[in-house]
Parts: sequence; structure tokens; C-alpha cells
Amino acid sequence: MLDNPQDTAPAFAGAAAEPQPEEASAPKMSARDVCVYYGDKQAIDHVSIDVHTEHVTAFIGPSGCGKSTFLRSMNRMNDTIPSARVTGTIELDGEDIHSSGMDVVQLRARVGMVFQKPNPFPKSIFDNIAYGPRIHGLAESKGEIEAIVEKSLRRAGLWDEVKDRLADSGTALSGGQQQRLCIARAIAVDPEVILMDEPCSALDPIATAKIEELIDELKGRYAIVIVTHSMQQAARVSQRTAFFHLGKVVEYGHTSDIFTNPREVRTKDYITGRYG
Amino acid sequence: MSERSTPAKLAPTRTPAFEARLKKRYAAEMRFKYAGMSAVLVSVAVLLFLLVSMATDGIAGFQRAELRVPVDFSATSLSINPSLAENAQIRSLEGQGLPDIVAFAAQQALGEEAANELNSEAWRTVASAIAADPAVMSGKRDFWLPASEDLASALSGDGKAALQPLAQQLAANGKLDERFDPGFMLRSDATDPQLAGIWGALKGSILTMVVTLALAFPIGVLAALYLEEYAPKNRWTEIIEVSINNLAAVPSIIFGLLGLAVFLTLFPNFRSAPIIGGMTLALMTMPVIVISGRNAIKAVPPSIRDGALAIGASRIQVVFDHVLPLALPGILTGTIIGMARALGETAPLLLIGMRAFVSTPPGGFTDNATVLPMQIFLWSDEIDRGFVERTSAAIIVLLAFLLLMNGLAIYLRNRFEKRW
Amino acid sequence: MSQHTVKAFDEDITRLRGLIAEMGGLAELAVQQSLEALINGDLTLAAAVVERDKKIDALEIEVDAMAVRTLALRAPMADDLREIIAALKIGGVLERIGDYAKNIAKRSGRIEGRSRFEPLTLLPAMGEIAIEMVHDVLTAYAARDPVVAREVIERDAKVDAFYDSIFRNLVSHMVENPATISSAAQLLFVARNLERIGDHATNVAEMVHYAAVGSYPLDIER
Repeated sequence: MLDNPQDTAPAFAGAAAEPQPEEASAPKMSARDVCVYYGDKQAIDHVSIDVHTEHVTAFIGPSGCGKSTFLRSMNRMNDTIPSARVTGTIELDGEDIHSSGMDVVQLRARVGMVFQKPNPFPKSIFDNIAYGPRIHGLAESKGEIEAIVEKSLRRAGLWDEVKDRLADSGTALSGGQQQRLCIARAIAVDPEVILMDEPCSALDPIATAKIEELIDELKGRYAIVIVTHSMQQAARVSQRTAFFHLGKVVEYGHTSDIFTNPREVRTKDYITGRYG
Repeated sequence: MSERSTPAKLAPTRTPAFEARLKKRYAAEMRFKYAGMSAVLVSVAVLLFLLVSMATDGIAGFQRAELRVPVDFSATSLSINPSLAENAQIRSLEGQGLPDIVAFAAQQALGEEAANELNSEAWRTVASAIAADPAVMSGKRDFWLPASEDLASALSGDGKAALQPLAQQLAANGKLDERFDPGFMLRSDATDPQLAGIWGALKGSILTMVVTLALAFPIGVLAALYLEEYAPKNRWTEIIEVSINNLAAVPSIIFGLLGLAVFLTLFPNFRSAPIIGGMTLALMTMPVIVISGRNAIKAVPPSIRDGALAIGASRIQVVFDHVLPLALPGILTGTIIGMARALGETAPLLLIGMRAFVSTPPGGFTDNATVLPMQIFLWSDEIDRGFVERTSAAIIVLLAFLLLMNGLAIYLRNRFEKRW
Repeated sequence: MSQHTVKAFDEDITRLRGLIAEMGGLAELAVQQSLEALINGDLTLAAAVVERDKKIDALEIEVDAMAVRTLALRAPMADDLREIIAALKIGGVLERIGDYAKNIAKRSGRIEGRSRFEPLTLLPAMGEIAIEMVHDVLTAYAARDPVVAREVIERDAKVDAFYDSIFRNLVSHMVENPATISSAAQLLFVARNLERIGDHATNVAEMVHYAAVGSYPLDIER
């Protein structure tokens, strides 16, 4: 059964004035009955979830609950692990990502990923951003590449800080800047979905705030899914939250509902700190 | 509430027993430090001893005993055709009697006895000078010509006792001297140590190394890439890994047997050619490159691979755009080690026949050749005392070549080293 | 209800609840004693009630500070968050109940001719219901019981009915005995205060319901 987000307005007058976005049209990515196995061990147990472009979706849950595993299966990064096996359907715009018609390289250009520890290539800042468009043939002339690089860096909020030193190594930047560089790199190939796996856990609060602001700006243009250990971050940044526990989705709904009045006891215990 | 210790009881880290143990720890550290330093000093001392003894012996090898012979060309009627090649001009001069002219000039200048001790090939020095600059033939000119081996050894105090007084006398008159001999680097092997040179062996080594590198490096790197990035982790790849590790430890003479059995059977005409030697040494070097290549590739963090995959790079692009550039410094280090070993190998080349006496430098990869360590081995076997110094000089050349190769590789490695 | 992993959080909530319980007890006592002082004309008791209201005010400040501190330090979510917010609001309401009780006590010196005042005898009954409401709603708070809270809200209708009848009674008394107008007017105010205390008790009940369940019981007729 699909865990649907509550579409009706909250039943009490004292609720937050924040307008609840309604689901428009079809979900960008949808998963149905997805199971992921590492050898004999089952990491994900029949998860069904929808991701829309209009709002940021957060996956929360304790360590080892499978949220990162599920995230990685959304762009088939689990293919790199030999013992991993995925069953069920994951669709991007209605097309099954495991079908023979979907090329995994193309999938990863459409579904980008930002990792927990910033991992810029040991190349110049310019080459970091330009690499993706180059290998996918998104630009034909040097001018076009430069335009893409500038646009990506601007969207990531990094342009003003690095525009005079594009030839510097990407690894010479600070941690927060490196992570924004990785986001710009993901944006450069014009993806439709951006998956973020605990993007701020290695950063200080100021850098974290900048990235959260960036996510807010990118919302609506890209479907963003963020896995986070911090419930405060999930509450700040997302409009939909899914609580994972032991490989299942226990509850999925509007973020404000999950954090003020969750339906499931397990959800409540986790977010109030009564877990474990 | 936690229990507080009474003021009289010290924390465990403040007892005298602890402090005594602490002293012992520091003492052990000191001992280890001094042991390490002594080990380093001993190694450095041995190395210095080797280098100094090589240098002192070898310096003499870059010199040779030469006689001063003034030649007056005005009395002669030699002529050369400048448009001919050097070898042809020298033959022409030979035909015109240059050797006799030189011998006569020597008799005039040094006397009968000394002139007999002029090297039989000394005239070639004059001939080369004329071929280089025909203007020499107008007027008189002083030449330093190589003495015979007997006179040379007499000068250094060995050899025939009868010649020693003559040698002393000529030396006192300034007509016989140990002079710096740049020709050592340009001439090939010869039976007369006064005429022997290292160039033939050096060129042979260079050609062989080129073949070795051209074969071992691509095969080794590609094998390492395949084994690390593409091969599935099963029984077979484990067996391959163990086999390659063992190959690297196999005594080099076995590769010589392999070369003999396989390569010479396939290409019997190329016995003693750099191409066969190179192939044999490539077999020996490849496992080293594979092992160090694999380690370098393993050291590339998975985060770089993940980052590249996540942006939509295919496996080949991840390997060649990201993994290989980062692994290159490590691969080059392994290559340096492998090539240095190959440069100094003698045993396998012995078996495939690169031990012949080769008096001209190899023209190409398929000509007869010898290599530096082989040349050293052959000269060290010679009876003539003159070859002892030549051997040390050849060792210096070999070490210099090795240093050059290493320096080039280190330079390349530093160029490719990217900070991450 | 299971414990928080961080035990200090549980201690904070316990302390907050303790403060509310203490405030509630003091407020309940104040209403009871102020009515008693009014009915019996006991000026000493009335003065004691007025004096003790300062304690209720001080407790309200403490509840505020404690709630703000817990919000800042613990970042409570879900029912913990609702609980803190409810405690904050309940503190304010209890303080107002205390003020009404003080007001009643102050008026006890201004009543003349007690023995002839019929309405004076109605007030204890009304007061009893109001005091019970306050008492029960505090019990519901302690037990986090939304059912009892709903039931308290329903009882407010009785208090309102009482107020209507006392009002009519006093007005007709004033029309018939114009000399008693000033005392009757005082009693009007007292009745009004009791009615307001009943309303405030229902406010508390709503907060208890919200803290327990996450929604307000808007469907009950008040």
C-alpha cells in the first residue's frame, strides 16, 4: 500500500500559516515495492514512495535504516556493488530505470547526486564543472561551455567567490565551497532530480545554512531528495518527509505534520528522542 | 553522585610507578631512535665507500696513455674529398699512406723504441682530425696519439719491466701522459683497452630499454587497470593475482631461459639483438609494473569514482579521466623500479646470447648488440690490466645512466602529481 | 510513555509539569478561599488570598522562563513541543484565574447585610462547579487525558446557566431593593468572575486536549 501524504488542510485552527503545497500532476520519480538486498541481507523492504519536483523530500531515520541505500538505488549507484540486488519498480517520468531502454549513464545525468563528503575532482574549478557537459556533449563550442560553467556556478551561489580563480584546483576551496562546487557540478548536466546524501554533515553551521538556502532556491526547478541525520535540517528544508526504519517507510507525509503530530508511535519516538 | 577520591590518593597517572614506566618508555624510544640513526649511517657509509672507490678507480678509466707526436703535413701530399663520408675519407687516407707518415713522424719525434710503442691504430686519430677539418693538412700540428697497451701499463707501473724506464723518461719529457679521453664515450668495444669505448654498449642498453619500456609499460598498466576495475572478484582473478606476485619474485635467469625457448625459436635470426633482449626483460618488468600499478589504482579513493559515476561517466571514462591520472605517480614509481632492475640485468641476456663481442654499435633494434652490465662483465673477465680501469669507468657510466633514467621518471612523476 | 534518551530532557519536562501543578493547586485554593471569605465576610482570609496571589504570579514567570529554556535547548518535536506550548499557555490562564480569585477576595469587604441576601446562597453552588472544573482539568493535565478534558468543557454550560440565573436574581433584587444596589453590584462582579473562571478552565482543557491529541476539540458547544 502506498503511503500517501495527507492532502487535506490540517484540522486545527492553530496550525502553522505555512501554505501546504498540493501535489500537481504526476510524480517525477516513483518507487513501488522496492526491495534491495546485499547478498542475503535485506536492506530495503517493500518501499513505495513518490518524489515530486515542486517540493523537497527528506528521508530521515536512524543509522542503518536504509535511507542512503534507497537513495543510491534511485540513480542505480548500487550497480557498482556486486552483491546488490534490486527488485520492484523505480520509475523516472513513468519509465522504469532498470529497463533495457534506459541507459544507466543517461539516467545518472538526469538524476544527479551530491555526496556526504565533498568530492570535487582534483582538477581546476572550471574543469570540475565542465567535465559533465563535455562527456555528454552538451556544448559545442568553448563559449557554450563557459556559459554553462558560469550558469551552474551562479545557480549554486558560488560564482562571485570563484569567478576570478576558475583555474585554481577544486580541492583548494573550503569545505562549504567544495560542496557547493559539487552541487554546481551536478547542476551543470541539467538534471531533473538531485539526490543529496547528508550533504551538510561534514560542514560547519554557516556553510550548512548556505547550502540549505541553496536547496530552497533550487526547489521547484529540480526534484530534490535529501537524506539527513538532523531532524532540524529535515524540518527546515523539506516539505515532505519520509521516516525510514529497518528498511521500511514507517510514515510519509507533510513535514509540518510529521514534526508536530506524527501518526505512528515509532515516528514520534524517533523524532522526540525517545528512540533507543 | 560519583565517588570522589580522597585527597591522599593520587590519580593512577601520577604515581611514582607510572613515572618510572614513563621513563622506561622514553628510554626505549631513544634507543630505537639511535638504532635507526646508526642503521642509516652504516648504509650511507657503505654507499659512500662504494661510490668513492668506484669514482677513484673509474676516473682513471676515462684517461689513457697518449704520446705527443708532431706531424708536419707540408712535406706530404695528402688530399681528401670533403664530400665523402667520414669512413670513406679515412679509408682514402689509409690508402694514401697516412699510417706510414704518422709512424715516421713518431720516429722523428720520439725515437725508434718509443715509436714502436705507438698504438697500431693511432693513425686513425689523425685521420679523423683531417676529415673533420681539412685545414689540418696545411702545416705542422701536434697530436696526442694513443700509446700501445704495453707502454700504457708500463706507465702505470705494471706490465713489462723492460718498458718502464722508457715510460718514465718519456713522461718526464712531457711526451707521454695520461690524458682525459672523451673518446671513451664514443668508441665501441675493442680488444685493445686503449681503443675500447663504451658507446656500443650504451647504445645497446638504450635500445633494449626502449623495447622493454614500450612493451612492459602499456601491457602492465592495462593489465593493472583491467584487474582492478573490470575483473570480477572470483577464484580466477585471485589465481591470476597470486601468479603475478610470484612472477615478480622469479629469478631473472629463468626469464632468460624463457626468452631462449620462446623468442629465439620464433626469431632465430635476431639472437643477441635488442629486440629479443627487450622482450625478455619486458617479461621480467611487467609483473612489477602490474603490482605497483594495482596498488596505485587501489589507492584512488572511491569517492572520486562515485563522483564521476554520479555525473554520468561511463566506466571507461571513470578509469581514463579520473583513476589513471591519479594513479599515474604510483605507476611511474613502479615503472622506475622495474626499469632500473632491467637496466642492470645480466643473467637473462647471457642466455639469449647478448654476450658476444660486438665492436660496432648496433644500428637498429635487430642488429647485434650488448648492454652495459654485460660489457662490464666481459671487461672484468679480460686479462689485460688496462681493462680494470675501463671496467670501473663503465660502472660509472652505468650508474650515471641509471640516475638519469630515475631523474627523468621522478620529474615526470612530480609533473603528474596532483594534490588532492 | 518511554523515556527520552537524554534524561535531562525528561527532568525538564517533569519540572515544568510540577510548576503547573503547583500553580494549579494554588489557583484552586485561591478560588475556594476567596469565595469562603466572601460568604463569611472573613477579611483576614481575604487578605491572605490577595497576598498569596503574588506567589501565583511568580510561578507564572518561572513557567515562562522554563518553557523558553526548554524550547531553546531541547528543540522539542511532536508531543513534546505541544506539551511545552500548552504549559506556557496554561500558566498564563492559571495566573488569570488567580487574579479573578484575588478580585473576588477584595470584594468581600464591600458586602453589607449578608443574612438577607438570597443570591449570596447561590454563589457557593456556582463556585463549587467552577472549582471542580479547575480541579478536574488539572487532573486531566497531569494524566494527559483528553477525554476528561472534553468532559470539563461540557460542564461550562452549567456555569453559564448559573450565571444567567444569578444575574436575573440580582437584577430583580436591585429593582426591588434599591438600597442594596451597591452590594448587589459587587455580587454581580463576583458572579461574572466565577463565570470567567469557568471559561478559563475550558481554555486549559482545550490546551490539555491539544497537547495530548494534536487538535482542539472545536466541535463541543460552549
